[in-house]
Amino acid sequence: MKEILEILEKDARTTPEEIAKMLKKSVAAVKSAIKKYEKEGVIVKYKTIINTDVLKDDTQKVRALIEVKVAPQRGRGFDHIAERIYRFPEVKSCYLLSGSYDLLLVVEGRDIQKVSSFVSERLATIDNVNSTVTHFILKKYKADGDILKRIERNHRIAISF
Amino acid sequence: MKKKKIISNIVEKMKPSGIREFFDLVIGMKDVISLGVGEPDFVTPWNICESAIFSLEKGYTSYTSNKGLYDLRLAISRYLKNKFSLSYNPDDNMLITTGVSEAVDLALRAILNKGDKILVPDPSYVSYDPISELAGGKVILVKTTEADDFKLTPKLLKKYVSKDVKAIVLNYPANPTGVSYTRKELLALSKIFVDNDLIVISDEIYDELTYDFSHTPLATLPGMKQRTIYLNGFSKAFAMTGWRVGYACGPEEIISAMTKIHQYTMLCAPIMGQLGAIEALRGSMGSVLEMKREYKRRREFIVSKLNEIGLSCRMPEGTFYVFASIKNTGMSSAEFAKELLYKEKVAVVPGTAFGEQGAGYIRIAYASSMDNLKEAMARIEHFLKANGRS
Repeated sequence: MKEILEILEKDARTTPEEIAKMLKKSVAAVKSAIKKYEKEGVIVKYKTIINTDVLKDDTQKVRALIEVKVAPQRGRGFDHIAERIYRFPEVKSCYLLSGSYDLLLVVEGRDIQKVSSFVSERLATIDNVNSTVTHFILKKYKADGDILKRIERNHRIAISF
Repeated sequence: MKKKKIISNIVEKMKPSGIREFFDLVIGMKDVISLGVGEPDFVTPWNICESAIFSLEKGYTSYTSNKGLYDLRLAISRYLKNKFSLSYNPDDNMLITTGVSEAVDLALRAILNKGDKILVPDPSYVSYDPISELAGGKVILVKTTEADDFKLTPKLLKKYVSKDVKAIVLNYPANPTGVSYTRKELLALSKIFVDNDLIVISDEIYDELTYDFSHTPLATLPGMKQRTIYLNGFSKAFAMTGWRVGYACGPEEIISAMTKIHQYTMLCAPIMGQLGAIEALRGSMGSVLEMKREYKRRREFIVSKLNEIGLSCRMPEGTFYVFASIKNTGMSSAEFAKELLYKEKVAVVPGTAFGEQGAGYIRIAYASSMDNLKEAMARIEHFLKANGRS
């Protein structure tokens, strides 16, 4: 039934009826599998990928990747300090990494000032945060496997043997 | 003075048939959803493109040896050995061709004398019949029917084989029917090939797109290797149709005869294509498997949908084609295809393009995105309803 996830990951609008046909399963079986995935939190939610570059909206937000070095806490490791950080709505993603720093955040704000002040006033001042490095994102080429540039897809001739 | 006739009789007789007109119609029309395309809708995996770009930058723009790059022949030899335990020596048993199309032409010209009889299934891919004729052969069409799932069966073949039939063209998984054969079915056929001393041109270009069982190359069966010209290539499995790289493997005598013609006509397959093909075999098969999974899903979807809306079709074992019956519409294949194009802007290929046995059928290619397939099925359903047939 994992194939259901593969199909939905590609196109979340695929209906249970269509999936049932593709996988030769009953519609009821597909529906209940999806329900189960939703309940277990395997499927977190269904969202739309928006290319804001095309939207040309002046309310467009800026994003930055922020490397954070922290001191892990006794008995709690990194989880506690990570939670302190990812609870901020400005933090869109938060990863614990191996390597020369510990947490990688994706932070979003209305403009550069907003992101900067979040980092300097909120983030850097948390106990156990030792240092931060901020990289503003200039352009998004590909996100979660999807290339955002509009590709002329169909160069095939319309009919052939 | 009487004007001399320009075109040779044999070419003049050759069929482009009425189908060319229909093709022009499709190409001239806008916003058509095409289920009439004989190639993958995926683009070539990036590792292959990237490596070809790199080789161009390094200046690999020359001829290669007639047989093709040794590294490619070696890679193919290893691939066939690993995958099917099929051993072909890269020096004597293998020729790189400009797509399997060229290999079909070379094979036929290498073995046929004027008037030699050759069996070609009907329906089948469009080139076998005319190219056999061009090579001087006398084509005997083996008429397959839906009652036998459009398969060649021992019973059917026995009606056609005789001492003076020299060869047969086999293509599986097959364009346009999607038919393929299990090892057991092939064994039964191979006995007839051996008993009647036939040379078999086995076009297995769609082998990677076999969904319900694993593909058995004909040459791996007892007594078959010495009489099989095994044809394959990179177009379908690796979505490399435009790169034009195929290969022929077989007995040294035949390969060397084919190479003779190839060196004078084609010289060599394009080097960019050959280098891309090396990368295709060197790289991971991940993208091939992913495409195959996607095709399989589309196959299940489209077969179930077509039967639901009233165009009956069997579940094809391979390729990305479905051969659907339109007999209950009362229209001919050509009418159906034309009307569907005009009224609903969906393009399919009339079954008769592949032989007379295709009458009453259309070939639907599901090498198109799931969104397109859904939309096309809705339009076909609408079309059938408007014609009072669903």
